[in-house]
Amino acid sequence: MDATFRIFRGNSQGGGYQEFLVPVEEGMVVLDAVHRIQEHQANDLAVRWNCKAGKCGSCGAEVNGKPRLMCMTRMDQLPLEEPVTIHPVRTFPVIRDLVCDVSWNYEVNKRVPPFTPGEGDLWRWQQKDIERPREFRKCIECFLCQTVCHVLRTHDQKSSFIGPRFLVRAAGLDMHPMDSISRTRFLKEEGGIGLCNITKCCTEVCPEDIHITDDAIIPMKERVADDFYDPVRWLLRKITRRG
Amino acid sequence: MEELQSYTYDVLVIGAGGAGLRAAIEAASQGARVGLVSKSLLGKAHTVMAEGGIAAALGNVHSEDSWQAHFRDTMRGGKLLNNWRMAHVYAQEAPERVMELERWGAVFDRTPDGKISQRAFGGHSYNRLAHVGDRTGLEMLRTLQDQAVYRGIEVHMECIIHTLLRDGARVSGAIGRLRATGGFVLFKARAVVLATGGLGRLYKITSNSWECTGDGFALASLAGADLIDMEFIQFHPTGMVWPPGVIGLLVTEGVRGDGGVLKNSRGERFMFRYVPEMFKGEYADTEEEAQRWLKGDGAARRPPDLLTRDVVAKAIMQEGREGRATPHGGAYLDIASQRSSDFIKSRLPSMYRQFKELANVDITRESMEVGPTCHYMMGGIRVDPETQATTVDGLYAAGEVAAGLHGSNRLGGNSLSDLLVFGKRAGLYATEHANKQRGEPVADEAQISQAMQEMLAPFQSSGEEGPFDVLRDLRETMQQYVGIIRNEGDVKKGLEAISRLKDRAGRVRVTGTREYNPGWDTALQLPLMLTTAEAVALAALERRESRGAHTREEYPGSDDAFSKVNFVVRRSGEGFLVVKEPLPEMPQDIKKLVE
Repeated sequence: MDATFRIFRGNSQGGGYQEFLVPVEEGMVVLDAVHRIQEHQANDLAVRWNCKAGKCGSCGAEVNGKPRLMCMTRMDQLPLEEPVTIHPVRTFPVIRDLVCDVSWNYEVNKRVPPFTPGEGDLWRWQQKDIERPREFRKCIECFLCQTVCHVLRTHDQKSSFIGPRFLVRAAGLDMHPMDSISRTRFLKEEGGIGLCNITKCCTEVCPEDIHITDDAIIPMKERVADDFYDPVRWLLRKITRRG
Repeated sequence: MEELQSYTYDVLVIGAGGAGLRAAIEAASQGARVGLVSKSLLGKAHTVMAEGGIAAALGNVHSEDSWQAHFRDTMRGGKLLNNWRMAHVYAQEAPERVMELERWGAVFDRTPDGKISQRAFGGHSYNRLAHVGDRTGLEMLRTLQDQAVYRGIEVHMECIIHTLLRDGARVSGAIGRLRATGGFVLFKARAVVLATGGLGRLYKITSNSWECTGDGFALASLAGADLIDMEFIQFHPTGMVWPPGVIGLLVTEGVRGDGGVLKNSRGERFMFRYVPEMFKGEYADTEEEAQRWLKGDGAARRPPDLLTRDVVAKAIMQEGREGRATPHGGAYLDIASQRSSDFIKSRLPSMYRQFKELANVDITRESMEVGPTCHYMMGGIRVDPETQATTVDGLYAAGEVAAGLHGSNRLGGNSLSDLLVFGKRAGLYATEHANKQRGEPVADEAQISQAMQEMLAPFQSSGEEGPFDVLRDLRETMQQYVGIIRNEGDVKKGLEAISRLKDRAGRVRVTGTREYNPGWDTALQLPLMLTTAEAVALAALERRESRGAHTREEYPGSDDAFSKVNFVVRRSGEGFLVVKEPLPEMPQDIKKLVE
């Protein structure tokens, strides 16, 4: 059978949908269909992809309105009696067709305080000590969480909020058994962690099933609250003029 | 002519996978001004696909392990065609590079006493692979990426290099284009490190990412560098064979390392019948012994499912030829009968997902179906074993694009540590070279304008060829004629086809604009891919024997006449010269280690 695809074509100046008909094979994923269109019908159809195995996080797009990795979206999970609509993710500016400019994320990443091990510690730990940071380190940087986060998507607060991806990253560094610094000041003042009102949209789209809200953001919010809003600690800080 | 963005660096690193990042970090820490060029976004390089682990003789699980044992395994795995000095440096330095990665924040799995855990893998005589579940490559790449970011290294993302620039006999930079705008970009540099990875995309069935088009081999060769061992391409025995969209996708060797077994359509564990002479006595003879090994019996030998990749790939092919293939033409890989569901999900989480989501197979209950897939290039740019200098002044190479370490076959897990050991060395010696240069690097105007004309040509072409049609035919040609099992007639047919494809590549026409245009990118990559493909085919023709990953149907055995020679593929006029050269001789004390 054939499936109809409506794919966004255009650039930062604007654009619209173009329709394509693609024969469907068993086991096919959406990225296969996009490649087939590129190969036979529109050589210049822009799409970003690398591994086609859900490991690099390059091929995120909005398939029928839902942000997902095209390489892991099977055609047999979509209603093919209707056209399949593919739009670039909406939170970042379009470069061309399905490719967006995600460079803002790379700039934010530079600001996260780096892994800072303590001096002279014995580098030994148990597997159970690293379960949590390991969950965060599974992140493939597809930026789908950034895409659906309403602080970024609806309110475009990119200047004051780093987004779920970098809250996860900061949490991963903070929970590394050998890390010796605190990132709460960064998360509060630069990261805008208070802007997250835990609607869990990020968790829902994560292709790696990272429990972004429950395991990363909420514990980090608690650490920020402990460090800055706990009256005992507040008093200590006043007295010692630290922190 | 249009405006050119221009940058000047001490060291330009082309490629931002494991080797390129490690080279850039080293060069920056030596005080060099470093520019890093990445064909994709940063952090997406093919290194993220590495699953099983990083081989290094840390001795955390088997304290008897040593660099000498790692050296011996690496040399024997490569059927002694390796550059011994590279393997020597490598085995000695790999543990230090892994520990350094941990100090930079990589979170490896642990042993019960809290050290870095190490798993068994094909061809390694001890548990030697430091691992992070089955996502070791991602952990390594992310850790290196973080280091590069903290050191403030300038990264040019989604930038494709078209040609290396020369100032007389030495390399003085590179010119390419930025995918987003299609604008041209010039890099002037005192030293250039090529870390462009492999060439799997030359084949129809491959585990390799989009970027692995083999550009680096061609760029170096066109700049005058020697290529060696181009006939040795590793076909990994376990790629997915179904459904069609994922054919070739890698199934980690970690499945077998953690107890998975290979079976044919009759349910027989056929690997017991394929133990080569060289490894007789080192592997279990019976299923009973193999089961004892799995249970941790130190006296039992490892199962033959863990033989080197070349041996396993050919065994799967042979079972198929004799009518014992699975429904989709491969073999069964069964871990469900060997390990508990919880064990499989914790040790092989991404394999579990990959099969569940892409093939509707639950690997904790059912067998996987697997078959060979083009995975890794052992051959490549000839380098000095210590400095990674190529045969061209100012040009260095590291990682998969460089040759010598792996000989005729690479052991699993040796690639990631290769990237670290030789990435660091390339960065160090490229910086030393850069520091010796006087004055600013010179970019020749004539070369620049020629490169820009070449890049624009596909838009102006009156030809009728589509870029993806030529690409598809090239990949089919290589698969069919210069694939796993080769013969003279086929390889010659392949060379003729490559020559016709070159003509077609010259007639490719590109539509659309210069902004992020994959048709244009493909059109411009075709000539480089064809150059690399030709070098592979020429070397495959010359080696009239079977050794490691190179199998010639008419010469099924290894031949002593070829046991101590490399084939060098060298640019000569418009074509190539293939020259036979002796391997560097191993000193007596080292030779003893491999006997």
